[in-house]
Amino acid sequence: MKNNELKIKDELQTESLFNGSLGRRSFLQFAGASAAGMALIAAGCKKDRGYPTTAGATLDFKDDFGVLNYAYALEQLEAAFYVKVASAPPASFTTAQKAYFQDIQFHEIAHREFFKNALSTAAIGSLEVDFSSIDFTSATSVLGAAMAFEDLGVAAYNGAGVRIKTDAYLVLAGKIVSVEARHAAYIRDIISNGSFADLTSLTALGANNAGGLDGALTPDKVLAIAGKYIKTKINVINL
Amino acid sequence: MNIVNILEEIEKVDGEIYERLSPRRSAMKDFYSMGKKIAFAAAPLALGSMFTKAYGQTLPTAVVGTLNFALALEYLEYNFYNHALVAAPGLIPAGAPTAAITTIRDHEMAHVNLLKGALGSSARAEITYAMTDFTAGGTFPTVYSDYVTFLKVACGFEDTGVRAYKGQATVLKGLSVLTTALQIHSVEARHASHIRQMLAANGATIKPWITGSATVSNDTGVAAVDAVYAGENLDVQAGVTITGINGQTGVTRAAAVECFDEPLDTASVVTIANLFLKAGNKL
Repeated sequence: MKNNELKIKDELQTESLFNGSLGRRSFLQFAGASAAGMALIAAGCKKDRGYPTTAGATLDFKDDFGVLNYAYALEQLEAAFYVKVASAPPASFTTAQKAYFQDIQFHEIAHREFFKNALSTAAIGSLEVDFSSIDFTSATSVLGAAMAFEDLGVAAYNGAGVRIKTDAYLVLAGKIVSVEARHAAYIRDIISNGSFADLTSLTALGANNAGGLDGALTPDKVLAIAGKYIKTKINVINL
Repeated sequence: MNIVNILEEIEKVDGEIYERLSPRRSAMKDFYSMGKKIAFAAAPLALGSMFTKAYGQTLPTAVVGTLNFALALEYLEYNFYNHALVAAPGLIPAGAPTAAITTIRDHEMAHVNLLKGALGSSARAEITYAMTDFTAGGTFPTVYSDYVTFLKVACGFEDTGVRAYKGQATVLKGLSVLTTALQIHSVEARHASHIRQMLAANGATIKPWITGSATVSNDTGVAAVDAVYAGENLDVQAGVTITGINGQTGVTRAAAVECFDEPLDTASVVTIANLFLKAGNKL
């Protein structure tokens, strides 16, 4: 909670400096905190206005670099998770499962490094992750987290696509999201065979079973969910 | 799904969206009042009809073309699976396999209905089973009598679908319908992953993701579907070489191929789709 408040305070400073009320509104959605708490903190930080933070990572959605950095952040998170799993898989993983988790690990590493290189000097720094909620010795815990990451990743790319202005980047996001969906289906089938595209279970991520539609979430909602796994403060502006 | 966000997104590319909507205020009113009554599940269909009313006949030609192209592919997929389920008894084992194919068939039907709703009167004619030939002119004569052959053709369809939607993304850039197309695209990828696992469970050496090497693009071992996987073995993305990127030796050429799915252009997809359509019904 304390961390959340710090993040919130940081966010408000950033938005008040750069963005005005519109940015704040989108931030409020992101933080998902109570209005009363927000008002108090907002009042408290007004006097700090002259001291913008330089800590953390800022995702500025004013252009494609913001979207690419957003993807970079999520790929960092996924890669870190799979590196940890692949280095010491749960004892009950089969040989085939270990091999495919190795595959997925290198896919996510490749995505992460691709964004790092493509963004070059515009890239955000390395994020510090927090996997304290995951029991890496438990197959159930690892598979549940993997499913959550993959389904969220799919919804994130699906929801961010419409923001991308450059053809090449849009296609690149498409090239990656279908691989994440393949991962998601594989992991879901390990947990429960046949659940590869159980869209009714994904309604919280924006899926719609009647339309045969997968999840799609805006970045603020994705970051609110992913936030529990990320220690680094992420500032969102111009969303 | 947030209607206000969608309208804002459309406004970015079509500044006249509100003017388009306003003379047809009844369309908006219909939509909002409907929203109170209908289940959330039906929202995309209602949304599709609202846009049809708002744009009338002025839905951009390129967008209509892309949505109709997608609709044709969805008709093909739907008929392929539906025939297997209703007219080829014993082909698909009972239990999990039948359940999975049913799930996929139902999604394809949902996609058909969604696209038809979005296109309204601009929707292309239905493609019925009678217009199709899933033996592909005799290439797969046992498609409805041999389970593994059926799965191989299914794999080709799903991987083609994934590539086809990806290939159309730029036509829909910045439009709310892009999000819908992406939501369909990733469902097709989930299908592809599962069909590949079904093939693996029946003796094939195949991964849930498309692998390859410098010389192999088609990882299914079915030469007849080479066209589906043409160019899939790329390992340079936006000028960045993925194999061994930044000293990551674990990112082999195979991993580099696997971690990016490639798009397929319209003409290539049409060529593949036409293999499964009888003369006189080709795209």
